[in-house]
Amino acid sequence: MSAPAPTTRNPFGAPETPAVGVVVEKLCKNFGAFEVLRDVSFSVAPGEIFVLMGPSGSGKSVLLKHVVGLELPTAGRVTVDALDAAAETTREKIRMALVFQAGALFNSLSVYDNLALYLREHRLADERGIREKVMRALQILSLENAARKHPAELSGGMKKRVAIARALVMEPQLMLYDEPTSELDPVMSATIAEIIATLKEQYRVTTIVVSHDRDLALGIADRVGILMGGRLRFLGRPAELRAPTDAAVADFLNPKIDLRNPRFKQLEMSS
Amino acid sequence: MNPLTPLLEGIGSTVLLLVRSLRHLPTLPRQFGRFIEQCYLIGYTTLPIVAILCFFIGSVLALQSGFAAQNRAPKEFIGLLVGVSMARELGPVMVAILLAGRVGSAIAAELASMKVYQEVDALVTMNIPPERMLVLPRLAAVAVMMPVLTIVADLVGWFGGAIVCKYAGFISIEPESYFATMRQFMHFDSVLNGLVKAEIFGGVVILVCCNIGLNTRGGPREIGAAVTRAVVTSLIMILLLDYFVTDALH
Repeated sequence: MSAPAPTTRNPFGAPETPAVGVVVEKLCKNFGAFEVLRDVSFSVAPGEIFVLMGPSGSGKSVLLKHVVGLELPTAGRVTVDALDAAAETTREKIRMALVFQAGALFNSLSVYDNLALYLREHRLADERGIREKVMRALQILSLENAARKHPAELSGGMKKRVAIARALVMEPQLMLYDEPTSELDPVMSATIAEIIATLKEQYRVTTIVVSHDRDLALGIADRVGILMGGRLRFLGRPAELRAPTDAAVADFLNPKIDLRNPRFKQLEMSS
Repeated sequence: MNPLTPLLEGIGSTVLLLVRSLRHLPTLPRQFGRFIEQCYLIGYTTLPIVAILCFFIGSVLALQSGFAAQNRAPKEFIGLLVGVSMARELGPVMVAILLAGRVGSAIAAELASMKVYQEVDALVTMNIPPERMLVLPRLAAVAVMMPVLTIVADLVGWFGGAIVCKYAGFISIEPESYFATMRQFMHFDSVLNGLVKAEIFGGVVILVCCNIGLNTRGGPREIGAAVTRAVVTSLIMILLLDYFVTDALH
């Protein structure tokens, strides 16, 4: 007998929905003459946490924007649950939430209204229902006392948590995180990693995390991809990263500080 | 790149923005709060400066006409000249210019900032079309407020002209005589003509400023550049369209 299809739960007691998978096929993206992504292919299974790592400027965030339909591919295709991610109708059929690197909270709205916006705009509940959902999401992320504050009054870690809470209110089938631990101290980074893993465990949301944080990747990922210079250099289980065979990947994961032959001098020579 | 390409791209994206916004027209009743907020910003906060500016424009117009008419033409016609000029031309154009400078710049800055700091992208991922939430209420508000502002501009301008005509020694026309000439020779068409112009200019200013704001890429410096571009483009469009609309309405 085949296993039942995975489903995505939510913290609000709403019915479970099918978990969705993501397939990236031969994705290429150019900005003018600059090639950002070249022939990138991988898939994310329903209910999986996939962490995409890579150095700054390697095209991770651009790839994430393709998954949510904010960028259109130059060539290749991204599908979410077999639907073209670039099509507007896909966002109407599948609930995708992206937690932006800087939070992208609406500065003119309070934390409460930031969370309530999606529910109000889509008329998913009356004000009482909205209040219950928003307060539940804030409670999950220990933000109850921040409900009336505005984003400008929050610390970096709180902004990230509010952004995650805002995503959670959408009851997403696909959750995307862009550098969720950047600019955070190690304790807050660990907290965010725990939140991501807990949300995945409890609600079985398919999750893609873009990060250059090695500890985060090894700590929460089911599978990891490493993007370097717009190409996928590694795709596999986190355990395989403990002894990578690719020298460039090994150097990225375990960079050595060498004062006799400093990296910045090599950069000068190559430029 | 062909120098015409950015111009054509700009026109194309602005028309597309209008079409995409109007597609969400049925959602307007449930955006009543946003519509009222925009009416307040576009109408109420612009009203004092429109009144001050148009009072002096009407006054100067009367003064200049008085100088020109001295010993050459009947001064009673100053009323007609101020009336027609304000209603057909200066009222709508001045209101549109103030709208571009005061409201258009603020819209471009707000939307450019939202775009640069990814708030617009956040709306898209939440399946909330930015055209519905950010553009449509502004378009609806400008459609309602432009005629109001233009009528106020016309009335205040006429009144400014009447005061100058009464108190400038070399003109000395009583307001009754000034307004009687205006009533006798001016038709309602002139006012209507101005209101049509005002609606067109208002819509264009809002669309241009929203489009430039929503297409901003880069950082804080680009926000400033977007505001400048939005205001300059709006002013050029107002004056350019003024010629063609005037020609078409005659």
